[in-house]
Amino acid sequence: MLLRHTSKEVKVREGLTINPAKTCQPIGAMYAALGIHGCLPHSHGSQGCCSYHRSTLTRHYKEPVMAATSSFTEGASVFGGQANLLAAIDTIFAVYDPDIIAVHSTCLSETIGDDLQQITKKASDDGKIPEGKYVIYASTPSFVGSHVTGYANMVAGMANQFAESTGEKKSQYNMIAGWMEPSDMREIKRLAKVMGINIVLFPDTSDVLDAPQTGKHVFYPKGGTTVAELKSSGDSLASLALGSISAEPAAIALEKKCKVPFETLDIPIGLSATDRFIMAISKVAGVAVPDEITAERGRLVDVMADMEQYLHGKRVALFGDPDQLLPLTEFLLDLSMKPVHIVSGTPGQRFEKQMRALLEERSPETNFKSGLHADMFLLHQWMKNEPVDLLIGNTYGKYMARDEDIPFIRFGFPILDRIGHSYFPNIGYSGSLRMLEKILNVLMDRQDRDALEEKFELVM
Amino acid sequence: MEANKIIPDPSQVREELIQKYPAKVAKKRAKSIIVNDPETIPEVQANVRTVPGIITQRGCSYAGCKGVVLGPTRDIVNIVHGPIGCSFYAWLTRRNQTKPETLMDANYIPYCFSTDMQEENIVFGGEKKLKIAIQEAYDLFHPKSIAIFSTCPVGLIGDDVHAAAREMKEKFGDCNVFGFSCEGYRGVSQSAGHHIANNGVFKHMVGRNNEVKEGQFKLNLLGEYNIGGDAFEIERIFERVGITLVASFSGNSTVGAIENAHTADLNVILCHRSINYMGDMMETKYGIPWMKVNFVGAESTAKSLRKIGEYFGDEGLKARIEAVIAEEMPKVKAAVAEILPRTKGKTAMLFVGGSRAHHYQDLFSELGMTTVAAGYEFAHRDDYEGRNVLPSIKVDADSKNIEELKIVADPELYNPRKTEAELAELKEKGLEINGYEGMMKQMTKKSLVVDDLSHYESEKLIEIYKPDIFCAGIKEKYVVQKMGIPLKQLHSYDYGGPYTGFEGAVNFYKDIDRMVNNPVWKLIKAPWEKNGKSAGLAASYVTQ
Repeated sequence: MLLRHTSKEVKVREGLTINPAKTCQPIGAMYAALGIHGCLPHSHGSQGCCSYHRSTLTRHYKEPVMAATSSFTEGASVFGGQANLLAAIDTIFAVYDPDIIAVHSTCLSETIGDDLQQITKKASDDGKIPEGKYVIYASTPSFVGSHVTGYANMVAGMANQFAESTGEKKSQYNMIAGWMEPSDMREIKRLAKVMGINIVLFPDTSDVLDAPQTGKHVFYPKGGTTVAELKSSGDSLASLALGSISAEPAAIALEKKCKVPFETLDIPIGLSATDRFIMAISKVAGVAVPDEITAERGRLVDVMADMEQYLHGKRVALFGDPDQLLPLTEFLLDLSMKPVHIVSGTPGQRFEKQMRALLEERSPETNFKSGLHADMFLLHQWMKNEPVDLLIGNTYGKYMARDEDIPFIRFGFPILDRIGHSYFPNIGYSGSLRMLEKILNVLMDRQDRDALEEKFELVM
Repeated sequence: MEANKIIPDPSQVREELIQKYPAKVAKKRAKSIIVNDPETIPEVQANVRTVPGIITQRGCSYAGCKGVVLGPTRDIVNIVHGPIGCSFYAWLTRRNQTKPETLMDANYIPYCFSTDMQEENIVFGGEKKLKIAIQEAYDLFHPKSIAIFSTCPVGLIGDDVHAAAREMKEKFGDCNVFGFSCEGYRGVSQSAGHHIANNGVFKHMVGRNNEVKEGQFKLNLLGEYNIGGDAFEIERIFERVGITLVASFSGNSTVGAIENAHTADLNVILCHRSINYMGDMMETKYGIPWMKVNFVGAESTAKSLRKIGEYFGDEGLKARIEAVIAEEMPKVKAAVAEILPRTKGKTAMLFVGGSRAHHYQDLFSELGMTTVAAGYEFAHRDDYEGRNVLPSIKVDADSKNIEELKIVADPELYNPRKTEAELAELKEKGLEINGYEGMMKQMTKKSLVVDDLSHYESEKLIEIYKPDIFCAGIKEKYVVQKMGIPLKQLHSYDYGGPYTGFEGAVNFYKDIDRMVNNPVWKLIKAPWEKNGKSAGLAASYVTQ
């Protein structure tokens, strides 16, 4: 047993987190910043932060993840990191020549009170930012929220620091991506095209973190939302924020700064969330839903109906991030499955409320915890007390899945041991169909594996 | 097979590498980019700050302390005191394998422990939460040891992790609790963390159990972290030749073994950078000499075993070592004979770690491959130039911040394992005791040595040299591979290994052969992109 010290007996913990179902803000900010074209993320803190974030993102995507660091030493930690950041800005523009540097803070720079707004302003005043180039920032203290919060803060920073309203509206809509994969962002763009609307999608990591092998390393890959697009987001007719924790803060920023009205939706994972997404586009843009989309939906429902016997009542444990967990739980319920345990390390009252409301209506006996000490150790203990048929979560789940001998689907962040998430979407009707296929495959493989010889089925 | 490559003029390369840098940066970097001469060994600037904004391979002190040195010991509960990220990123990502003797034995390596500091802990202090966390860990697991690691904010807000550790240790009575001030901002790289870890392990663990265990030839393996099972292979060989491994620092190790380490009669050091402090301190306090060895590479393994045999000076041991070498070598030779025609003449670059960039050159030369450029991520001058430069290394402000323990001979336990005369005799025989010659002496003249290689420099080097393989870490992996050059990770071994000893050498040969000769590298261009044509293809069939 790999997790041999995990006991069945659940005790309330107040100090110790074990096997966290979250990580810290800066990595989210780094990921978001990679979704701007020509942008170099910059970590204002010790070298280790940048190194760890780059390593984790690289393992997740198996792609280059470029980012720089302020390389704090003890001196900088005592006297403040301004000199380091100013020096870094000089070095970066000279050596790596990005269009944009997106600076995020760390627990170190936040604890000593470095003010990124003031330092980046000083860089600008001192003429350190070349003509036509930008330095943007987001405050991302690691001791608040989680990686999702950091993502949200950087995306809000993009809206705040780039969006302009010229007074003339453009025939376009902002689509603010919650934390999702490049494949998902590509799918959002496809769906918008099929729906016949122009969108500004930000951030957009497609064609950045799924770059083709060409024999050349392109430092700033062709993907990413451009500065022109980000600026124009202030002139858009409306914003759709996909995810109340990871995307909505940017939509609020746009409304405040440029009076762009917005609607917040779930990330379109599963049938119902995708229905709401399509309806929202239809309503906001006043477009009819084309037959192509209806057919996509129909294919998903068709499989749900045809395969219901393998899904009904199957007990699921899941862990991950709020904006994914909410629509995923709803999808599982639509599939007639039973979410038994749900854990997210990311705190959030809104999420608590939304999840509780969903569960109260459709699955009141589900164990659910989020925020402090909502960790995988607790989830594992719950699983020992009330076993499940399926586990869904990031790669770290494989230790629990192996010990408990239960089918496991990798979903969320990070996925360090499989490919696919960057290439094949999990959102929209077709992405949900892929998710459903994965669920069916692991459950049916298990049925095949465990069937008595006389009960082994050819046709299923 | 490709013909031998033309090696570019290294001094020109050096100029090219620093050309784009702002003047001050260029001046600094120039001192870390050196054209090698194994005869004179020029000075390399190392262990100095990375220029802010430079994309570096380096990590932090915490990574060196918790991640590298303490992480591999399976029965310590390692609690990271700080916000959640630091513990999360160091969770199972270093591949230090471990094999508890029974299913009942403690193994906390698959677990991640953190105090998950929140804003109120930063504002009002986190010591109280830390003590609660230690208590909870004790109540849940009853471990032999609990170690506390300070992350950046902890040092800044003034939490005293050592006082908390002492208090809890006294309270428990049966659990050794100790702390490490390894905040990420200390020093200039992981290296500071290694030193801090050595100090802590020496102070709080080594020497706690004086029981002298059975075994004729007892040694400790220092600086071997069992990545990909490296230590397992070394343990296998030790067992075959009859060497008793008292403790490993720290791959596949236990608290009990480390506490008993001072009963060994020799320390052999693999990764000089991360653990040399331990060798020196054990020498001074207990009289155990240390010897640099290298179990990476079959020839190097044989040589290292012979050195150990010579040290113990026992004819039976020496004979067993020769017999094992004779038995193990044929399959290694057979693998080389099969693979070498496909790898001979190819070139490699190694930019990794504090010893791997040196050790792995042996494996490449066994494959007939030349290392044209190499450098460390976090080493010091002695790792490049040899320990004889130690007295001339300037101690700068960043190094001064790392505690240097004052060690004296233990009044009871100090027992010099060899007399001065015996040591002199061993030296006569070519055995360097308490010494290390460094990487450069082994590298060819005009090869390039670059310390703390930046991303920019790595791309330039690849452009200029077009090496057949590049060795570095995960952050560099896909950058280099996007350039059409395979990258071998030498931190994680690309999830393969072991690469030590005889079996490891064969694994490495096979992996390198597979990588440099993989058909995929020839499939990068689409058929319609070849010959420079990307426009529409002309129809070649004839319409009637």
